[in-house]
Amino acid sequence: MATATIQPVERENYLNKHYGVGSWLFTTDHKRIALLYLISITFFFFIGGLFALLIRLELLTPAGDLVQADTYNKLFTMHGQVMVFFFLIPSIPAVLGNFLVPMMIGAKDLAFPRINLLSWYLYIIAGLMMVHCMLTGGVDTGWTFYTPFSTAFSNTKVIEAGLAIFVSGFSSILTGLNFVVTIHRMRAPGMTWSRLPLFIWAHYATSIIQILGTPVIAITLVLVVAERALHLGIFDPKLGGDPLLFQHLFWFYSHPAVYIMILPSMGVVTEIIACFSRKRIFGYSFVAFSSIAIAVFGFLVWAHHMFVAGISVYAALIFSILSYAVAVPSAVKVFNWTATLYKGSIHYDAPMLYAFGFVGLFTMGGLTGLFLAALGIDVHVTDTYFVIAHFHYIMVGGALMGYLGGMHFWWPKISGRLYPEGWARLAALIVFLGFNLTFFPQFILGYLGMPRRYFDYSHMPEFQVLNVLSTAGATVLGVGYLLPMIYFLWSMRYGKPAPDNPWNAAGLEWMTSSPPTTFNFETEPVVTWEAYNYDELDGGHKQEVKVAG
Amino acid sequence: MPDSTVVGLHHEEEHHPELLHHFAEPEQQRDAASFGMWIFLGTEVMFFGGLFLAYLIYRRLYFGDFGAASSSIKAGLGAANTAVLICSSLTVVLAIWGAQTARRSLMIGSLILTMLFGLTFLGIKGIEYKEKFDEHHVPGASFSFDHVPIPGHPDQYANPRHAEIFFALYFIMTGLHALHMIVGLGIFTWLLIMAWKGRFTPEYHTPLEIGGLYWHFVDIIWIYLFPLLYLIDRHR
Repeated sequence: MATATIQPVERENYLNKHYGVGSWLFTTDHKRIALLYLISITFFFFIGGLFALLIRLELLTPAGDLVQADTYNKLFTMHGQVMVFFFLIPSIPAVLGNFLVPMMIGAKDLAFPRINLLSWYLYIIAGLMMVHCMLTGGVDTGWTFYTPFSTAFSNTKVIEAGLAIFVSGFSSILTGLNFVVTIHRMRAPGMTWSRLPLFIWAHYATSIIQILGTPVIAITLVLVVAERALHLGIFDPKLGGDPLLFQHLFWFYSHPAVYIMILPSMGVVTEIIACFSRKRIFGYSFVAFSSIAIAVFGFLVWAHHMFVAGISVYAALIFSILSYAVAVPSAVKVFNWTATLYKGSIHYDAPMLYAFGFVGLFTMGGLTGLFLAALGIDVHVTDTYFVIAHFHYIMVGGALMGYLGGMHFWWPKISGRLYPEGWARLAALIVFLGFNLTFFPQFILGYLGMPRRYFDYSHMPEFQVLNVLSTAGATVLGVGYLLPMIYFLWSMRYGKPAPDNPWNAAGLEWMTSSPPTTFNFETEPVVTWEAYNYDELDGGHKQEVKVAG
Repeated sequence: MPDSTVVGLHHEEEHHPELLHHFAEPEQQRDAASFGMWIFLGTEVMFFGGLFLAYLIYRRLYFGDFGAASSSIKAGLGAANTAVLICSSLTVVLAIWGAQTARRSLMIGSLILTMLFGLTFLGIKGIEYKEKFDEHHVPGASFSFDHVPIPGHPDQYANPRHAEIFFALYFIMTGLHALHMIVGLGIFTWLLIMAWKGRFTPEYHTPLEIGGLYWHFVDIIWIYLFPLLYLIDRHR
């Protein structure tokens, strides 16, 4: 593993303290579990990416010629399920959150280290079920499992995929539970709520959604599986059931799930922007409470996915207004980030490039979200590529950019090595360009009326140019994702050893060694300063970790 | 696992045997454990919440049909089970009290009683399921609910399709509840072994407390299931 980098003089740290497969598979160290997650989610990211590649290749030409209709249905279904449930949901919380939450608050570990490991095993069991499902035929319901198609008509492996996502949900719940208890109960002396890094606030808000939302999709999937296996009629209109009930239950989780993906990314970007502008974050408490507000409002907007599904106009009106409301805390964050940048001494290192990318793309994704929250426009663009483009701006342009930015920012801490900065800036640029080339044309396609989930658009050959652009962009994007993968691996062996605080950043995690020891801190830290005290940091007053007692 | 045996770097002075390395003091550890259980119960509320929502929507939509289906279940058995569970909640509290006051036989006796009550509940539930099976009220190919009058409307028959939705929800809700009871019995077996080995003292009995929280929660779910499934608009 990473311990191949060991040199005789290296200090003892969490990577070289124990050796052997067993020391990883039975570890309860939050940092090692974070790395287990990193490897697993990267695996699923490339599986999901492979499906995306095949989708884009099929759409290169108007005719349905690369794959057949059934196969295409499975491709976009499994692309969505793998990317949402096996990559995006665990991405930042389970990797960066796992690694950083205890360190940022000055704890030795999460509150429940063994439950943390259990959560990884649940993820792996779920992942193996999903892989088995894919290898033995796959699913074609769309990632949304809409009934009654999923329960009464589809002849693919709905039950297995449903159970896989059910199990992965418990992994997500346990991570959230662990974070909330840790943030409440494990903070170091002096680490008050108002001194917490905003990364922690973002993860706290995320955890609330994971805890309260995920059980609802779990029970919904239980009902779908039971209905399909036993031919019940709970969601089947032919048997007196109501498919709208399924959609309500599904989106009650799956809309807030978007915030599970984007909130941690916002936390990462906040840390990066403060560090590379060398400034205290503008409006700390606004940024902190906007995370909580997003989590709360996020639970009240789900039916905007169902404007054309036959809900009452009054319900639609309310949900439309509430969906506008959720844009307020999101905009608060964007304004606070830009205000932080104002008159900052900005450094254009790779993490900052990703953060810039995030702010721009998230803003576009968010604003187009308002189009979709508006009843009149939504009816026009429902189930078109406009929707696809919108949520990829949030999930890929937002969540994934934040994840990559965070991986670069904390890589020296995680691995104890520096990544090659020049390559990293190049990769960030490629990702940004590739992303826009892939998804901007889809806004236009959608607005012109190209429906999602179609594999054959030969009646509308004029859509080909935009689709070719999109496929070309996806190829560029793919290169942009492979590059960090390659140079991160390269840096584990050949990268320069990282100093403890390569960015001269504020935050407790930078005050311990790189990589940290198993218990994170030699002595329990006592916090006497606000988060983001870059003024003092750059003024030459070095923070010191005081010894407790 | 290796980590849990490592003595914390600077807590080598006096170290409670049950204190894990990453906690500063037993107080913090107990707080974290019980807080974690409360949050877990929050997730359970949402988990069952989806079912309660589905049930209430259909109950309102197909009120008469659900009333007919509901009346076909024996309320006496459900009432007996309610009483059994309430008694088991008392014995859980007695077990914790026994641990707090160092009365070993009270603690162990109460744990055994709790488990016996739990098993009684599952036994009665089994009898109820058997009856439904014999009456062809289990949803599926052999389901039949023909010519059952709607309560209060003797001239109208219940729609078997709608009654089938009632029974589907009935079996899923009570089945998931029974599954939670079985998990609870597993937890209490482990608690009994720990208690038998003398691991619980007036200073340390956190597992009993959080195991008890879980048990009470499962009881409370039943307290809501019983009137919803058995008693609304009951005419028999």
